Order: sequence, then C-alpha cells, then structure tokens
Amino acid sequence: MSDNIYLPYLVTIEKITQEAPGVRTLRLKFNDEALARSFEFKAGQFGEYSAFGEGESTFCIASSPTRKGYIECTFREAGRVTSALAKLEEGQTMGFRGPYGNTFPLDEWRGKNLLFVAGGIALPPMRCVIWNALDTRGSFGDVSILYGAKTVADLVYKHELKEWDERPDVRLVTTVDPGGETPEWKGEVGFVPAVLEKMNPSAENTIAIVCGPPVMIKFTFPVLDKLGFAPENIYTTLENRMKCGVGKCGRCNVGDKYVCKDGPVFSRAQLEALPAEF
Amino acid sequence: MEQKYIPKSSLKAWLAKVKDGGKQIYAPVTEGGKTSFRRVKSVDDISMEHVQTAQSAKGVAFPRTEKLFSYAMQPGGVALQDYDSANIPHTVVFGLHPCDAAAFKPLSGIFGWDTGDKPFGERMQRVTLVSLSCSKCDELCFCTSVDGSPGSAVGSDILLTAVGSEGYLVEIVTDRGRALTEPHAALFEAAPDVNKEELLAHVPVRFSVGAVERSLAGAFESDVWKQQSARCLGCGACAFVCPACACFDIQENPKGSASGDRIRCWDSCGFSLFTLHTSGHNPRSVQSQRWRQRLLHKFSYMPRRLSVRGCTGCGRCSRACPVDMNLWEHLSELENLKN
Ligand SMILES: Cc1cc2nc3c(=O)[nH]c(=O)nc-3n(C[C@H](O)[C@H](O)[C@H](O)COP(=O)(O)OP(=O)(O)OC[C@H]3O[C@@H](n4cnc5c(N)ncnc54)[C@H](O)[C@@H]3O)c2cc1C
Ligand code: SF4
Ligand code: SF4
Ligand code: FES
Repeated sequence: MSDNIYLPYLVTIEKITQEAPGVRTLRLKFNDEALARSFEFKAGQFGEYSAFGEGESTFCIASSPTRKGYIECTFREAGRVTSALAKLEEGQTMGFRGPYGNTFPLDEWRGKNLLFVAGGIALPPMRCVIWNALDTRGSFGDVSILYGAKTVADLVYKHELKEWDERPDVRLVTTVDPGGETPEWKGEVGFVPAVLEKMNPSAENTIAIVCGPPVMIKFTFPVLDKLGFAPENIYTTLENRMKCGVGKCGRCNVGDKYVCKDGPVFSRAQLEALPAEF
Repeated sequence: MEQKYIPKSSLKAWLAKVKDGGKQIYAPVTEGGKTSFRRVKSVDDISMEHVQTAQSAKGVAFPRTEKLFSYAMQPGGVALQDYDSANIPHTVVFGLHPCDAAAFKPLSGIFGWDTGDKPFGERMQRVTLVSLSCSKCDELCFCTSVDGSPGSAVGSDILLTAVGSEGYLVEIVTDRGRALTEPHAALFEAAPDVNKEELLAHVPVRFSVGAVERSLAGAFESDVWKQQSARCLGCGACAFVCPACACFDIQENPKGSASGDRIRCWDSCGFSLFTLHTSGHNPRSVQSQRWRQRLLHKFSYMPRRLSVRGCTGCGRCSRACPVDMNLWEHLSELENLKN
C-alpha cells in the first residue's frame, strides 16, 4: 500500500440508489480484495471521494461499520465534483481516501437511549450510527428517530424509513415542512424543532444526536434544553470545507480545533467552548 | 559546533565541487531587479548582497504546485500512478537567511504531525541548508522578536557569516552539513578569532512575543481585527511570500479527458473562497475574520498544537503587501491589547 496519503484507493460502484431529486447513494467496493476484507472504520468518520478528472469531495461514510465488504456515501449534487460523481454509472471506477476524523462514542453510549434528530440531507451521517446501533440492538435502550425534509420527495432512504417504521424496537417520526406534504402523506407536517417538542422525548439516560442544516440545529438546541438534555449528551457533526482531510491544508479549523482531525463529531458542550467559526 | 573559515576566493570553488558532485544549488539570483531563489546554472550567478529575496526558500520542499499522483482512464477502469520521488534532485539551498532556515521547522510541524506527507518528506530528506547570516536588515525585519537572530544557526546545516569582505566564518551545525565540507577540507581554513555578534546586522526587538501570545489567548472577539484589516485587500500575497505558510489547495490538472494529474498548490487563508461552502455559507465571510485566522494560526494555534510558531520574522509579508500592512507594528499593538 502506498505511503502517499493523497493517493486514493480505487473503488467500483456496485449499486446506485436515486434517493431523492439530486440525491443518490453509491455502494462502493474496494478493487483490492485484501483491502476490501481489512478496511475498517467507525460511525461518524468521513472520506474524500474522487471523480478522476474533476477532483475530490468530502462525504461521511453513510453505511454502518457492521456491514462489511463495502462502504456507501449519499450525496447531493451541489457543484463540480458532485455533478461528476452523479454522472458515474454502476461498474465504473472512482477513488476514496479515508476513513478520516473522529467517531461517535458508541462504546460510551452502551445501555443508553438514543434519540436521532435529522433534517434534510443530514441523515447520511446518522444513518451510519442508526444501523450500527440497530445491528447491535442489545447494547442500547430505546431508539427514537425524528427525520424531517422539505417535501415528501426530498426524504432520503425511503425504503429504510419503511423498515424502521415497521420495527417494534424503533420509534420513527417523519415530518415535512408545511406545504411539502402530499395527499397520501401520513407523517407529521411541521418543522423539526416543533415536531420534536410535540414528541416530547425523555432526556433521562438519553443521548441526542442532531444533524441538519445550521438553522435547524439552531432551533433544535433550545428545544433539547427545555426537554432537559445536558450539553454533554447532545452530539452533532460539523461540515467545514475540507481539502486534505488530514490536518494539513489548513482550511477546516474552528479556532484551534481541526474539523477533519478533532471532528467532525462534537458534543454540544465541546461546541460551546469553540469560537463561532462554523 | 565545529567552526572553519572559507576565503571568498574558495567559496565558488567549493560550490562548484558540490554541484559537480551531483547536487543542485538553489540560491538567490537577481533578475530584473528582483532577487529570487533559483536552481543556478553557474555559481557566478548567486547574489549575496540583498537584504531579503522576494520569495522564501520554502519552494525547495513545498513547491508552488506539485503533482501528487497521476490518473489515466482505461478500458474497464482507472490506472493510478503514485507520486514518484525518484527524480527529486538532491539540493543545497545556499544563501538563505536564518529566518528562512528556521521556517522549515514550522513547515515540518504542519506536514509531519500525525501522518507524514510524502512529497514534503521526500524533498526535505534531499535538502541541505547552507545559510548566510544577515549583515544587513531593514525596518521590516523582526527575527529578534520571535526568538531568532540574524546569526542564528537554528535549522541550518551550515551557517556562513561574512568576515569583512574577504571570507566567511563557517559553522558546521549538522552531519548533513559536515558531509558537504569534509570532502573538500582543503578549501577551508582554521576559524579566525572573531566576535560573531559584531559581524551581524542589528535587528531591534520590536515587541514581546510572550505578551503577544498571552493577549491572543482571549482576543478572538476583539475589535482589533477589524481595525487592523480595514485596508487589507485579501490578495493573499503575504501568504505566498511567507516561508512558514503551508496552506494548500488540491486541484485536478486534466490533460485532455482521459488522463491528468492531481496537484496541490499554495493557497491563502486570506482569500474569500478559502472556506466558502458550496451552499454559499462561509464561516469566514469578511476580511477581518481572515486576518484574525492568519495571526491566530501563526501565534496561537500552531504554538499550542505543534509547539512551533508559524512566523520567523522575515518581514516578507510586510514588504509584499500592496497596502503596507506592517506585521510587527500590528503585533506590537496586540501586545498591549486590553481584552
Ligand atoms: C465532514 C463532511 C461531511 C460531509 N458529508 C456529506 C454527505 O454525506 N453528503 C453530502 O451531500 N455532502 C456532504 N458534505 C458536503 C460536501 O462535501 C459538499 O457539498 C461537496 O464537497 C460539494 O462539492 P462540489 O465539488 O460539488 O462543489 P463545488 O462548489 O463545485 O466545489 C468543487 C471543488 O471545485 C473547486 N471550486 C469550485 N468552485 C470554486 C471557486 N469558485 N473557486 C475556486 N475553486 C472552486 C474547489 O476546489 C472545490 O473543492 C460533507 C462535508 C463535510 C466537510
Ligand atoms: S508572517 Fe510575515 S514576517 Fe512572519 S515569517 Fe511569514 S512572511 Fe515572514
Ligand atoms: S498582502 Fe496585505 S493586502 Fe494582501 S492579503 Fe496580505 S495583508 Fe492583505
Ligand atoms: S481538511 Fe485540510 S486541514 Fe482539515
């Protein structure tokens, strides 16, 4: 294996799932058989995905470390590299560097209840933790998921939402923004913070994992405060612009913390100690 | 530290032998009124009289653009060709000043912490630094305020100090330096009995770096950043000339549609695009936030994270700045900052 940290692994696209308009999931298999067997990562980590000829983009690893033999990423077509990645077809080759960054402390969460609050395209980093927890279900107490998107069409992982909904050991609440509902929609209508307040989850022995656009996070934190969640028991991920992913290129820092090395996972208590630079 | 003397008449002979031995010489050359580091063809071209080169010597280990690997589309896949260190020349950087030699420490800190950086590491392994003490300085130099000095040997493999106009005191600092002098011992003489301090430029201490660094610990929200950066254009020149700046971008350099290189190139935290998210959100959306990042990175984050400061007081940023930002004046202001 190369000692050049910038050289990506070659991966082949095994499966493409169109999740929502402009959002797709790629299942990637390492071309190197030995690497495919030995590759390990933990929930919360991310990678740099290459479309050769266009460059690299940063996405979390959206599949669970309990599912071996492949990794998945889910991304929104946003600009140059993501558009190029969206043009690739099953069987084609792309690049991956990683896993990078820190992880959700699942080991510390053993025996606790987990409350997931996600908005929009921010479900991918959480989906990794959700499956990790569900695949080791005995280690955790109650698992509740609140997921909101602008419209019904924008909800990602629709097949998995159905699976979670049908499981007796998961409480799933989905919501769409007012005006985003369809006649058939059976979920909630309303913004995530308001629906969370209505859900009224207990903070007792519970960890809240919150991922979403900055405005959703901003209005969700006060609700969690009201519900009695201590800042140490709330986790989120930061998305600062990245290039190297390994603490060298100098662009992802928030104060003296590098999101690519010290993050992307931060507790709210850690965030409160950081300057507002994200 | 071993000391010798080399007469001016032997200096060029020594460098010519070093060059004949297969090493390239990277040294200041004056062209069009501008002195810059170049791979010199003839040692006669080397300039020894300037105060400071426009660019630092960092490009020898961290080139302005560098290929990280190449890719080629092939039927049924993509072939990658890894970074190739085989063609990196063994290089003697000659005539850099102590501030530039000292700057390889912060560069090594950034590139070497946690995981190694192959392109930088491979180049550094092939570099020998033969520095020249400063007998001249200007009003923008401030090495003595950041633990340096015009005669500091820190970071150098060999340090030369001019003794009058006839020759140089030679301080051999490292084994790598010794490997460059020992084979040519006949060219060197015994060190003269001189007081080195008297041969150096006098660079006044402009501020207390300890006081500055203590102030910075609580200065994130201070108004001083706005005041200081009001005239900053965000042109990034200060970062491009800095011997200790290492921020980089990674870009594709396609050669047609079927192959190309992944390259990295110098970047600057002063640019508005540096931290811009694709969504349009920018954590550092105004210049004062970017100026603050520049200073805090060098004088707060790097000391804390890497135990090395990101500035050696060369004064280049102040010389290059189109709106005359004077770094040591700004730092002096921070020394007395009331948070
Ligand atoms: C830790 C982390 C995890 C993330 N996880 C996910 C995820 O799971 N799913 C997801 O959808 N998103 C995720 N993101 C966001 C995602 O990285 C960006 O949406 C994505 O990189 C956009 O890339 P793009 O190439 O399409 O955008 P572009 O804006 O086109 O940028 C592409 C590249 O082109 C260059 N470039 C473009 N415009 C300019 C310009 N004006 N000047 C100079 N250079 C330019 C830059 O080098 C840039 O990196 C994550 C981000 C982070 C930091
Ligand atoms: S910040 Fe300015 S004075 Fe300090 S090393 Fe860089 S260019 Fe020289
Ligand atoms: S060189 Fe001067 S104007 Fe340009 S970014 Fe630096 S401080 Fe600002
Ligand atoms: S992404 Fe390069 S330093 Fe974090």
